[in-house]
Amino acid sequence: MSGLPGFLIDDRLHFPSCPSQGGQRFLVEMAAPLTLLLVLAVTIRAALFRSSLAELIAERVEVVSPITAWKRVVEGLALLDLGVSPYSGDVFHETPLIIYLFHFVVDYAEITFMLADVITAVALYMAVKDYNKQVFRKQKFALEADRYPLDCLELIRSPKEMYYIPLKVAMFYLLNPFTILSCVAKSTCGLNNAVVALFIFSTIKGNTLLSAIFLCLATYQSIYPLTLCAPAMLYLMQRQYIPVNFRRASFWWFIAQYLFMYLGSLFVLICLSFFLLGSWDYMPSVYGFILSVPDLTPNIGLFWYFFAEMFEHFRLFFLCVFQINVFFYTIPLSVKLKEHPVFLIFMQLAVISIFKSYPTVGDIALYMAFLPVWSHLYRFLRNTFLVSCVLLACSTLFPVLWHLWIYAGSANSNFYYAITLLFNVAQVGQPGRSQRRLLIESLTETPCSPLRKSQNEKSY
Amino acid sequence: MGLLSDPNRRRALINLLTRLNAPICGMPVEWLVKTMQARGLEVYTQRFSRTLPFPDENKERYMVKGTNVYGILRAPRAPRTEALVLSAPCTPGDNNNQAVGLLLGLAQYFRNQIYWAKDIIFLVNDHDLIGMQAWLEGYHHTNTTGMDWSPLQGRGGSIQAALSLELSSDVVTSMDLVLEGLNGQLPNLDLANLFYAFCQKIGVLCTIQGKLQRNDWDSVSGYSHAVQTMMLMVMKQASGRPWGDHGLFLRYHIEAATIKGINSFRQYKTDATTIGRLLEGMYRKLNNLLERLHQSYFFYLMPSLSHFVSIGYYMPAFGLLAVILLLRALDLWVQLATPPPTTEDGIADIEQSSPGVLSVLTPLVISHLTGAALYMLPIRFQEMAVEHFPVSETEAVVLTAIAVYTAGLALPHNTHRLLSGEGTEQGWRVLKLVALLYLAVLLGCTALINFSLGFILALTLVPAAAFVTPHVPKVLSAFVLVILSPACTLLFSVFFFQELQEMPVSFLDGWLLYLSVISQGILDHFLYGSLVYPLIALLVYPCWLLFWNILFWK
Repeated sequence: MSGLPGFLIDDRLHFPSCPSQGGQRFLVEMAAPLTLLLVLAVTIRAALFRSSLAELIAERVEVVSPITAWKRVVEGLALLDLGVSPYSGDVFHETPLIIYLFHFVVDYAEITFMLADVITAVALYMAVKDYNKQVFRKQKFALEADRYPLDCLELIRSPKEMYYIPLKVAMFYLLNPFTILSCVAKSTCGLNNAVVALFIFSTIKGNTLLSAIFLCLATYQSIYPLTLCAPAMLYLMQRQYIPVNFRRASFWWFIAQYLFMYLGSLFVLICLSFFLLGSWDYMPSVYGFILSVPDLTPNIGLFWYFFAEMFEHFRLFFLCVFQINVFFYTIPLSVKLKEHPVFLIFMQLAVISIFKSYPTVGDIALYMAFLPVWSHLYRFLRNTFLVSCVLLACSTLFPVLWHLWIYAGSANSNFYYAITLLFNVAQVGQPGRSQRRLLIESLTETPCSPLRKSQNEKSY
Repeated sequence: MGLLSDPNRRRALINLLTRLNAPICGMPVEWLVKTMQARGLEVYTQRFSRTLPFPDENKERYMVKGTNVYGILRAPRAPRTEALVLSAPCTPGDNNNQAVGLLLGLAQYFRNQIYWAKDIIFLVNDHDLIGMQAWLEGYHHTNTTGMDWSPLQGRGGSIQAALSLELSSDVVTSMDLVLEGLNGQLPNLDLANLFYAFCQKIGVLCTIQGKLQRNDWDSVSGYSHAVQTMMLMVMKQASGRPWGDHGLFLRYHIEAATIKGINSFRQYKTDATTIGRLLEGMYRKLNNLLERLHQSYFFYLMPSLSHFVSIGYYMPAFGLLAVILLLRALDLWVQLATPPPTTEDGIADIEQSSPGVLSVLTPLVISHLTGAALYMLPIRFQEMAVEHFPVSETEAVVLTAIAVYTAGLALPHNTHRLLSGEGTEQGWRVLKLVALLYLAVLLGCTALINFSLGFILALTLVPAAAFVTPHVPKVLSAFVLVILSPACTLLFSVFFFQELQEMPVSFLDGWLLYLSVISQGILDHFLYGSLVYPLIALLVYPCWLLFWNILFWK
């Protein structure tokens, strides 16, 4: 046992895994930096709200999309005040719950969006903290059972590293320029992110009912979080020690329970929306709009260019292909990553934000917040530098090429789409490589694996 | 056939020109309105006013008030959807005293023709660029620069092309074509080719950058003449200021050029009627356009009027310079990612002393705060400076800018006291990596919008960025870094520009010219929205300061 890291040599764990005196001191110690971070984030956003940049940012196509733009929310509210259905006129594409929420808080819109960002950050912070505790506990048991070969000890995470990860996650979300831009533009993507973050928090805490309810809210807002059902169910089953096996009755019983809660809440929400506005107008305007992509304003997604130049005859076919593309990766990814459901959540969020019909930078910010959780893998990744450079360059080239296309007239849509494609390729590259490393790491946990030694030797 | 084949019309034009030969004090608005109405145009005026942020010493103006006068010639049988503009700036003095006369003569001639398919707007703008900015903002209902103008009462359709006339004498020896516009934007090359081809057809000498093109391309002197012409264009484009009234049209996606008449010592002189025929021909060609000019290049450099260097040739040169930065950054990344040698136990030291985000963030924040100070302080504190020092406002602004710039050089000694990771080898490598990537992205974006500015900055900043480390000899490197900084680049460019124009200046005159260039740059930003000053102050200067910080890391 001389080869073990120092923190595991004693019998006592130096990582406060339960609320004890050490645990409470730990909480107090971490609360101060988190509060400082929240204050800093709110200050930056408030300063930007007051400056003249706010209108400029609210018009950028990279930051707002036809389903999240604040201008359209204001338009919908105006129509509602006039007694007309807000969905008439094909301008407003938000759900009825959002319009009623803003009916009451429209004067405090800026505070609402800042609060949404704060809620997201705190939810992610607490979720990652809980997840880290579980990972550490699992790691400790595996070490005591001597399941790790000695030469892969560098992959084992120490409490000191994991101490700061929740704070880093919150920081990655709050101080990400994408998030700040999204908040200052008052894009409702911030609210969607808050709901997804609450879903992740309740899933990791193990609360099945809340997890189903928040997932249902997220799906109600934009259809794509439906794919997060699978990792949620996998995680909750893992937590309740239900084996993931098709032949077991407990597996199917759990799935039935979860789906019942999920579909039940969805049914309640849809009926509630019907009663709020008294008509089914919102279904084609919200869900029909997301699925049939009629608005081809350029954005950072892949749909607009294709559908702008497509013949009408083939439109339905390609629409189906593109939409299935978002949902299709759930099944193979779930099969492959069933031991790592939280990583699956990360992958799903990345897939959704790349392949959805109207992505914005706010969606990207949510999954980028998870990157510190797997920072122990980064030492083994090639091409991190290249991918980060490409992402950085593309983010700065978006406004430049937009200006050259729309204002100077010297470029055209091909240039802008080229940057969009490059941006999305870099995004695809990033979680893909993390996944490869995670899988290699997971292989080291199986004892007596014949591939173990060779895998460790070619650790690149 | 054509303009002024009729002797009566020729006499009328000559009378008009002689009458206008007397210097005009201010703009004769009522006379212009009456004359244009007499020629059958729909005449409107627009008032505008603007208080400059500080007095402009070159043109001696501070609180500008003026009136633009424009007359619209409606196309007889076409729907009023498209328009062409012919403009002549009206300034007091001898500067441009023939252009308005020629414009009015042309208006009279054009009025009698039946082949116009687009409306022609004859614009006489007051206070050159300021008046033009007011007119364009009024025409397109935008207000980006905070100017105060009265709305336009009459409008044509969307403007397809525009030409601006500058004519100071009634006989010329050559016509000079000016293409460079605001922020280095250029009109479509088709417009330049059109003008050159038509000049050759009529037999008028046409020049660019004031230089006549030579035929001996193979000889060294011919080649160097072409290089000089091209370098003049690069310098003018990099300055980001509009070199003629046409420069402001380009922002609205309207192809425009300025035509200047030059009267130098040549035997063969062209009179105003030929220039009139030239302009008539240009406008007939523009009249025949079915769509906006977009088929030819928008990004080019011209060593002469019959040759051009397209973006496909000059961008790889810039790309190679940017690759230097990326290779350096890659090298630093590999150095940073190489794990340290393992200890005796065989366990890698997991808790490496990574410098942390804070030690990189502090120089970044402080450099950008200095850049923000360089952008905001000169204008804000000019009153205070004028109270305490015996200087005029313009001098106060320029000298404050230079003072803030120089004060930034004292920074490394202060940021070190705030840094926690001071003196570590990892620290400066991380900072240099961030600075290199920042510079590469910045130069790339600048080159896409204004290639000449990006290229000149790349030429000076890339070598500095590549070689700087804390281990090079300090005094020599500090000197080299200061020489390669943006301010000194500007100083050298001023002297170089004067050399290229064959008007070399003494050091003192050059220094005064440099100060006036800085003040013009700041004014251009506030008056017309030129991006050079905010780019240098808010982005390039902080980036350079990061490298200065790295040099003094220990």
